Amino acid sequence: MDDFEYVRPGSVGEAVALLAEKPGRARAMAGGTDLLVQLKVGRRTLDRVVDVKGIAELNEIHVGSDGGITIGAAVPCHRVYDHPAIVAGFPGIVDSASIVGGIAIQGRATLGGNLCNGAPSGDSIPSLAVVGAVAVIAGPSGRREFPVSEFCTGPGQTVLGADELLVAIRLPAPPPRSFGHYLRFIPRNEMDIAVAGAGAWVALDEAGVVTAARVVLASVAPTPIEVPDAATAIIGTRGEATALEAASEAAKAAARPITDMRGTQAQRRHLSGVLTKRALAGAIARARGEHVPGAHEAHRVHASATH
Amino acid sequence: MVAVDARTATKVVVQATINGEPVQFLAEPRQTLLECLRDVLSLTGTKEGCADGNCGACNVVMDGRLVNSCLVLGVEAAGASITTIEGIAPVGGLHPLQTAFLEQAALQCGICTPGFIVSASELLKRNARPTEDEIRFWLAGNLCRCTGYDKIVRAVLQAAEMIHPAA
Repeated sequence: MDDFEYVRPGSVGEAVALLAEKPGRARAMAGGTDLLVQLKVGRRTLDRVVDVKGIAELNEIHVGSDGGITIGAAVPCHRVYDHPAIVAGFPGIVDSASIVGGIAIQGRATLGGNLCNGAPSGDSIPSLAVVGAVAVIAGPSGRREFPVSEFCTGPGQTVLGADELLVAIRLPAPPPRSFGHYLRFIPRNEMDIAVAGAGAWVALDEAGVVTAARVVLASVAPTPIEVPDAATAIIGTRGEATALEAASEAAKAAARPITDMRGTQAQRRHLSGVLTKRALAGAIARARGEHVPGAHEAHRVHASATH
Repeated sequence: MVAVDARTATKVVVQATINGEPVQFLAEPRQTLLECLRDVLSLTGTKEGCADGNCGACNVVMDGRLVNSCLVLGVEAAGASITTIEGIAPVGGLHPLQTAFLEQAALQCGICTPGFIVSASELLKRNARPTEDEIRFWLAGNLCRCTGYDKIVRAVLQAAEMIHPAA
């Protein structure tokens, strides 16, 4: 890697000042699992790396009295999928956090970094977006909040200014009987980048009818994309096969995939439909109180496990 | 206050605990922990494979978590406790994983072996009797191009049995 300065500030204010001093030439680092790779291969050069792991607020998971949860931008994936309140309230986010890289990557990589890296294939972005997650951003003139669903603006591009820092991701309190589910397709069983992915979220009324829904696709457009027509297709139904099929068709119509080494346009469009159908069915089942395991749930070994 | 400030110095003094011993070394901000271990501290048991977090050959334990040392900066080790392959075996002996890897012939060229043993040792700390699926999932971030993995999985199963024999 080329030379750069390394600083580890202890507060959000210091971090913002350190970023603002070198606009575009400084970048925040949490787990470093994307940033250091980019620096190594020369895809990015920096004058300054601002390590944000020394800032207490960015390392916190705060559970609000209303059931909403704020996840600090530097919290690594293993703390997300081992956190009882996140597991209980936001299983779709657990689905994503447990498939980002392998165990060693999950020890460092963060949801905040996944979001700021802005890759179209970022596995956590659809799961966050469908539950209405909000990015808490600090800048020189104070703080602002921005919906995760609109955070990414292009491959590797986000709404984050060069002098701004992602502080946390705020998950609003989930309505009753509401859950999410995330699925991706990869040719291996694990340790791969999504050919396509789909995050779905639904809320049911007491009779089991879908009253609200969101679907966000990964890896089939320059950014994660929301599919409002898929949500419309499922709202007012109980998730019957015809409704799931209509949502699937809406996702296929919305996908704008490219052909690359991971998959063709046609395959990705097909996968958008299949994954949307399955993710919605999984979210509905969870909202009904059924247990729908995540991709690796059966053989995930928890850090807290003792024998 | 800015806890670590490498704006003026080209090298930073890093104090860490490595394999239970207090260690002090000089690191450039751009040097990875892997480079510091191998080139500065001469702990060459940790191997460089892909250098981008895909292969797990450089895995070490940092503050109780398995990490790819190629994706950690050396300066980030300040204040951390790190275990490398050199810290796995007891004095004068082998860790059961090392014995089992030898007995099962779970290595050929050996480049991936330190990473597999460090990774597997972290699995066995959390799950004394892992299933084959659990072993394969935990070790998915470690690549081996010689063995086809089967012997490695058998070695980890054997090590688990050696540490906690079935009643």
